[in-house]
Amino acid sequence: MFDSLTGRLDQALKKLTGRGKLSEAEVDAGLREVRLALLEADVNYKVVRDFIASIRARAIGGEVMESLNPGQQLVKIVDEEMVRLLGERLPMIYAPTPPTVVVLAGLQGSGKTTTAGKLALFTRRESHRPLLVSTDVRRPAAMEQLEVLAKSINAPAFAPRDTDPVKIARDSLAEARRVNADIVIIDTAGRLQVDLDLLDELERITQAVPAQHRLLVLDAMTGQQAVNVTEAFQKTVSLTGAILTKLDGDARGGAALSLRAVTQCPIQFVGVGEKLTDLEVFYPDRMASRILGMGDVLTLIEKAQEHVDESQAREMEKKLRAGRLTLTDFMEQLKQVKKMGPLEGIIGMLPGAGKIKNLAGALPSDDQLREMEAIILSMTAAERERPETIDGSRRRRIALGSGTDIAAVNRLLKGFQQMQQMLKQMGKGKRIKGLPIDPAQLLRS
Amino acid sequence: MPAEPETPGKSGDPDDKGQGFWKRFSKTLESGRQAYVADLKEVFGRPALDDAFWDDLEASLIAADVGVATTEGVVANLRRQAAGAHLRTPAQALRYLKTELGREMVARPRALNLEGSPAVLLVVGVNGSGKTTTIGKLAHLLRAEGRRPLLAAADTYRAAAIDQLRLWANRAQVDVIANQPGSDPGAVAFDAVQAARARGADTVIVDTAGRLHTRTDLMEELRKVRRVLQRLDERSPQETLAVLDAHLGQNSAQQVKVFQEAIGLTGLAVTKMDGSAKAGVVLSIEAELAVPVKLVGIGEGVDDLNRFDPEQYLDALLRMEESR
Repeated sequence: MFDSLTGRLDQALKKLTGRGKLSEAEVDAGLREVRLALLEADVNYKVVRDFIASIRARAIGGEVMESLNPGQQLVKIVDEEMVRLLGERLPMIYAPTPPTVVVLAGLQGSGKTTTAGKLALFTRRESHRPLLVSTDVRRPAAMEQLEVLAKSINAPAFAPRDTDPVKIARDSLAEARRVNADIVIIDTAGRLQVDLDLLDELERITQAVPAQHRLLVLDAMTGQQAVNVTEAFQKTVSLTGAILTKLDGDARGGAALSLRAVTQCPIQFVGVGEKLTDLEVFYPDRMASRILGMGDVLTLIEKAQEHVDESQAREMEKKLRAGRLTLTDFMEQLKQVKKMGPLEGIIGMLPGAGKIKNLAGALPSDDQLREMEAIILSMTAAERERPETIDGSRRRRIALGSGTDIAAVNRLLKGFQQMQQMLKQMGKGKRIKGLPIDPAQLLRS
Repeated sequence: MPAEPETPGKSGDPDDKGQGFWKRFSKTLESGRQAYVADLKEVFGRPALDDAFWDDLEASLIAADVGVATTEGVVANLRRQAAGAHLRTPAQALRYLKTELGREMVARPRALNLEGSPAVLLVVGVNGSGKTTTIGKLAHLLRAEGRRPLLAAADTYRAAAIDQLRLWANRAQVDVIANQPGSDPGAVAFDAVQAARARGADTVIVDTAGRLHTRTDLMEELRKVRRVLQRLDERSPQETLAVLDAHLGQNSAQQVKVFQEAIGLTGLAVTKMDGSAKAGVVLSIEAELAVPVKLVGIGEGVDDLNRFDPEQYLDALLRMEESR
């Protein structure tokens, strides 16, 4: 049950695709799966109810039943509606007369302080001069945390102790002039939502400074509460946008949909890692794919492009499509993948990732990678090019040479062979068993 | 210096401490913006077990993050009982539901294992779950019970995490063993256990850096900390506790599953149960992953952590006495 959305939807899609025209009852059956999947993705149940109703209205309205491939059509509607609900992609807008003032609000532990640091770095990369301000006089060491973050990106910080949060916010504008900053990013104390005192403090802060941006920082793993949390903040400070954090985990992020249903304000950024560079612009289409369990293929591609030499990649792609991958290439691939970060993160972005993740145990750890490297390096060049020639006695020799055993060599060769088969299928644009959609097709669209 | 946090209910009779906590817990539930309790009251205040009742019950449980599979199981079971004429009124249904949910929960052992010299409690969790805060409160709780805790600042990654732990240590009046930011967490844990032995501290609570469970490299780091602790005492760590934020949804189950597989959990601490967040996901975590909740935190005060009591938890959640 924990492989929530992906599993459900894979099944729902399987039931829906490749059949003839769908009856109303079948649409409902399909939508039931979608509903369950969305609930398991932590989309608020009221939001799910409305969402399903709007899908049903569109689907029953004829589009699904008259289309050639009803299942695919239904999935398309779900995807489209979700992208629509998730809203527009929005660039960071700076005030015409500086400073631009940003206030970050959110529950405790949602990642406000880290996000403040990330946002500062982001604006600096857009040639702005941020000032980081902490009004969090409550959480122990919150101000120190902000100062450390500021220092690490060489940005000024303003975190006076022993004073009133509202005063800090007000004073930060003068500080901004003093240090010649054109954007002021104000971190606030974490809220427990029921704590009216703190909400009141937040309100006074937003009244004390002309904040163009009042952003809610929301943990992507938030459950049904996402709606109530957003409502509480929306009422208090009239949010202009949101930042979704911790999307580098494996949560489906249904909270994004809940948040959007409550407030029409855009999700502007997403946090995708612990490093201060790990803040990305929000893409509704990618988020929809993620909630729907179709994987974040676009992000994967971008991430790969950042780390992989392009001509090398093209060469590799040719080989992959032809199914002529050698063990030397395999080594190269492993090294590239290592550079891209933890494997689970990468795999999680793939379509049908839930299924693959069940194989997480089969993914090599760093130790295993070293072992694999040792084994491959103990092969002759000819063996690496044509692994099928590696017979029993060669295996023994390789095991001895690499300081491993024959079983380890067998494992590697078998794994390699399986991968080659999978890649061949991929190259032919054939659907890989267990994946909901054809990856090649995704890459084209 | 940051302001001293409020400690609601601190004025209460110290003997009444545990009960006061649960009273506060019930109160925060009641005053919570989310109308879960009200929902249930409405549900169980209905005269008959009709379709609308079942729909509302399902919605109420899902709204409490119980999760769709568990919710459907619970509702289906209740419906069967009702159909067999065992249950006629919503009030009966509520009683039955509480007994059902409570039976396994009550039977599950939840005491902290503190056998060891020192007993080591390794505290793990995803970013922002509330590890450091929980550790501060836990130190306070254990001290109030006559133990001598020592904190190990093995979160050497997050900016100012060590400072934060030190401030909590001051509040709880315990010592902290720390190294430089960026130093090896295993080494800090090692030093802390040695220091505890030298100083006669009987409990070491190890803070670790928050990590999303999907980070295999960081899970390996945790395994290393555990290996270091086991080298000092093979029964150590006596407790490996994962901290869960009550606001999170079904991903909590995934977190527990992965931490469990990686380092073997002995229990959970659920934090931020401050009103509206019900952590209903705990029901399926306990049932399917067999990791019991041992501690529950409800607020920011140093007193706001207590041992988890499933009966009172379910009472607070279902408000049974109100519906009779």
